[in-house]
Amino acid sequence: MKGARASRTTIALKLLMALSGAVFIGFVLVHMYGNLKAFAGHDAFNEYAHHLRELGEPMLPHEGALWIIRVGLILALVVHVYCAVVLWRRAAQARTTKYVMKKHTGAIFASRLMRWGGVTLLLFIIWHLLNFTIGKVNVQGGATNDPYNLMVDTFDVWWMTILYIVAMLALGAHLHHGIWSAAQTLGWTGTAAKRQRAKTVAFVTALIISVGFSLVPLAVLAGIITK
Amino acid sequence: MNLTLKIWRQPDATTAGAMHTYELADVSPDMSFLEMLDVLNEQLNEQGEEPIAFDSDCREGICGMCGLMINGDAHGPEVTTTCQLHMRSFVDGETITVEPWRSDAFPVLKDLVVDRGAFDRIIQQGGYISVNTGSAPEAHSVPVPKDDADRAFNVATCIGCGACVAACPNGSASLFMGAKVTHLGLLPQGQPERDERVVNMVAQHDHEGFGGCTNIGECTAACPKEIPLDVISQLNKDLRTAIKHGH
Repeated sequence: MKGARASRTTIALKLLMALSGAVFIGFVLVHMYGNLKAFAGHDAFNEYAHHLRELGEPMLPHEGALWIIRVGLILALVVHVYCAVVLWRRAAQARTTKYVMKKHTGAIFASRLMRWGGVTLLLFIIWHLLNFTIGKVNVQGGATNDPYNLMVDTFDVWWMTILYIVAMLALGAHLHHGIWSAAQTLGWTGTAAKRQRAKTVAFVTALIISVGFSLVPLAVLAGIITK
Repeated sequence: MNLTLKIWRQPDATTAGAMHTYELADVSPDMSFLEMLDVLNEQLNEQGEEPIAFDSDCREGICGMCGLMINGDAHGPEVTTTCQLHMRSFVDGETITVEPWRSDAFPVLKDLVVDRGAFDRIIQQGGYISVNTGSAPEAHSVPVPKDDADRAFNVATCIGCGACVAACPNGSASLFMGAKVTHLGLLPQGQPERDERVVNMVAQHDHEGFGGCTNIGECTAACPKEIPLDVISQLNKDLRTAIKHGH
């Protein structure tokens, strides 16, 4: 094709999707580590939250490193969502007449949840930021200035814990297919053995992340973590 | 065997189609799927109805001409082409739904026949090796490692039937392109045009209106030649390399 550019293809969009997704994998792993500090008690959890704001000082201003990370995450989110929207629209236009009957032989369930699961995660992220970062919403109406107490107050409410568990199931499914898919898109799975390895890594990572995040809300609801 | 067949009928490319139901009695389990459709067409001819149009050529599973969506699976429930699918894969009294490949890049021409010219145009963008004409070179002058030769041969078995596109929830032709790019990329003769090949083929693929790949794997499950998903990884890697080389 005359004037064809590699960077203008659907595969280039997929590469951006994979790279921006990789940023989130790193982020959720660190985030999960911070959350698990809740098991070490009130002071350890709050100290971690406080230390995040002091990271890089005195080389960086107060909250400097945190804002660099935030900007990076926002950029990755914009890229990830933009590519998803473009590819979703393309896929819809590629088959405007639907099959009367279509089976999904060879597909795992998680792979078919990527788009609506992604929308679910986006809505969850908005609520989650309102809950703990931007708005600081205490659904029990209590104080919001103490991160540990706000967390305990939130997950003491059973339906909030359920909401977070559902979101973690969605995240687990998204990562289960997403991590393997990113490896494939980056061209790392050129043999059957490498493909199997990537699928195993994806499954194990997704399991660790979704279980790791779910432990804290469940422990609060069970009364193991208290104020 | 007695069967109920629900088949897509469409008089031409511009007229809207619909599913029609036919009853067919005394079908032998040893018939191929296409022979069963031949019998149905004889019945329709006798009744003065227009026979059902479907593609077929070699009926040996090697040409890639036949291809139907049967009960929601491309080429039906077995891993083979439609012509090599036999009625013993179905049960007496079964209702079988038959549709054409659904892809906007493969417009329906009539009934179950689609135009797969989009695949030819992708191949024209680089699915070949340019050589000087003249006497054939000595075969031993270009050594190819055995593993590479075997793998190149395995992925070269793609017959371009379009089942990967038909099965893909995104309507992507990545498995088809991956098979060709991997086949030629493994061989020394394929190296000089390697970057342009992948960029031009993918650009044409996108231009034809195929969707992007999301690595779901329904393509490889439907492929009658069992082309593995690895070839899409190779396709992605070749495109990434082409970006690095400034294409």
